[in-house]
Amino acid sequence: MYLYDKYDQAMVDARVEEFRDQAARRLAGTLTEEAFRPLRLMNGLYLQLHAYMLRVAIPYGTLSGKQMRMLGQIAGKYDKGYAHFTTRQNIQYNWIKLEEAANLLADLASVEMHAIQTSGNCIRNISSDQYAGVAADEVADPRPWAELLRQWSSFHPEFSYLPRKFKICVIASAEDRAAMRLHDIGIELVKRDGVVGARVFAGGGMGRTPMVGPEIRDFVAEDDLISYVEACLRVYNRYGRRDNKYKARIKILVHELGVDEYRRQVEEEFAHIKTLNLDPPVAELDRIRAYFADPAYETGLSDEIDLSDPAFAAWVKQQVVAHKQPGYAIANISLKPVSGIPGDASAEQIELIADLTERYSLDEIRVTHAQNLVLPYVKKAELYALWKELAAAGLASANLDLITDIIACPGLDYCSLANARSIPVAQKIAERFTSNGKEAAIGELKLKISGCINACGHHHAGHIGILGVDRKGTENYQLLLGGSGAEDCSLGAITGPGFDENGIVDAIETVTDLYLDQRQEGERFLDTYRRLGMAPFKEAIYG
Amino acid sequence: MKVLTGNDLASGDVIWWTGKGWSRHIGEAVEVGDEGEAIAKAEADARRVNVPYVVDAEATANGPLPLHIKERIRASGPTVRADLAINNQIPIVKA
Repeated sequence: MYLYDKYDQAMVDARVEEFRDQAARRLAGTLTEEAFRPLRLMNGLYLQLHAYMLRVAIPYGTLSGKQMRMLGQIAGKYDKGYAHFTTRQNIQYNWIKLEEAANLLADLASVEMHAIQTSGNCIRNISSDQYAGVAADEVADPRPWAELLRQWSSFHPEFSYLPRKFKICVIASAEDRAAMRLHDIGIELVKRDGVVGARVFAGGGMGRTPMVGPEIRDFVAEDDLISYVEACLRVYNRYGRRDNKYKARIKILVHELGVDEYRRQVEEEFAHIKTLNLDPPVAELDRIRAYFADPAYETGLSDEIDLSDPAFAAWVKQQVVAHKQPGYAIANISLKPVSGIPGDASAEQIELIADLTERYSLDEIRVTHAQNLVLPYVKKAELYALWKELAAAGLASANLDLITDIIACPGLDYCSLANARSIPVAQKIAERFTSNGKEAAIGELKLKISGCINACGHHHAGHIGILGVDRKGTENYQLLLGGSGAEDCSLGAITGPGFDENGIVDAIETVTDLYLDQRQEGERFLDTYRRLGMAPFKEAIYG
Repeated sequence: MKVLTGNDLASGDVIWWTGKGWSRHIGEAVEVGDEGEAIAKAEADARRVNVPYVVDAEATANGPLPLHIKERIRASGPTVRADLAINNQIPIVKA
């Protein structure tokens, strides 16, 4: 994985000391909250419902064991013994003291991490496929491109005050595991005539106005990519609306201009930018690429896995994915235990996983947008030993992509923007579908819950989505069906009137019962919904 | 009734105005009437509170109970972490 050079480290270290001074001045009263707020937000420090919250960037969701251990130690030292993995492959701490925040950032910097650009109207953390570099179906490794974009976008002076926040995703497989088309810019690496380049999508996003990003260019050459993305941003920065926060995202600009006109302006800008020689030399991409070279895989390893332990077999079936290298597997760690909090892990669990990362996965771990973790380099012969250690720590849930593998934002339990709680609803659904024994029969079903219209819980992209709203001071939950963040990307549709906390759980059982009754061979819930349409589901729910 | 709340500047803790200072327990909060904004400004200027504001509440036998669910959760702590509760006797969903 990428290692900081002296410039990276110097920038991050300088930023820590700058923030230390800013925080000291705020505590001493020489900075008002009005003046300090944008400064703390530039360093990922929010003021949430109960306390300050720090959001830490995990570039394209990739961590070393040492970094993971530090995240656990921070949870124990500065927080209340736990942390929350987010839907943008980041991690959040819920109980940070302003007077300790600079020391925390210094600890992060000691392992080449920071919280810069995790808030504000700038280019946020670059996201990617959690199986990058190990998936059998990718045309190239997206991580060098993601890292190049990370370096290009860090402290980019022209894009520090965009009309609104900006999210970029890079994938390299036809199967989209990162909700690429629901980003402001989505990049899919493709191979044409043996040459790798990028399909570029722009204007996707969730939030209050969800849109699937349209394709802007079907192929951008490798050495043009930075210029092309720069052109996409520049048109947005120039014409994106700054008068209305709710219409300020690029998706609104692309929609209002029309895809063809936006594309025309980008091409015009691109032609100009190319005259400026902004693209990094190929040697720089090669330098970055060297950090992501395949590890020294052992050869001659067996592909056999002893599945005589039924609990282990069930875990392998659900959590283990094919690796491109014979003898190796990709192991998903669920952070969705029944009755747990989706995406939360204790300090002890995080530190244990750091150990497992070093011992079983060539010192690398990934965070997924579905709030789970991935060990990407596990020898098949060591899966059983790994599983036993995970099980002992309560980390061996076997529910990847099942109805209890719920994405949920922190909701009104933590978030000052939320209108309703998400976590208790997720817990009730998981408990219902564990106790009624239908989870396995239902199979793949992506259920996603947001506690407000900002959609951090990706409810628009859920096969089943839930949106919490405030109805005259009472929590109310709208039900959406038919969304997908995958390569068959679509936006869910609202079924009708909302429900209370118990009613939404009943409604979900009603729609899944209809699916079980009506499905045809091989159909997932989403497929059955798409074949039947909304009407029978609506009829089943509301009569 | 109206009560005054905010977050402690240094720790970020949710705090409530008691008439003499600040408490983490809403049960100790007092009615601020029309004085809320003035108290808020003075306390913010003195750096004893961050982002103070007035919320509506009803008087109960156990002390003030905010009318809005968001403030009730601020007063109680996260409802999904009983171990971290400040006061888990606060009814989050009103009957």
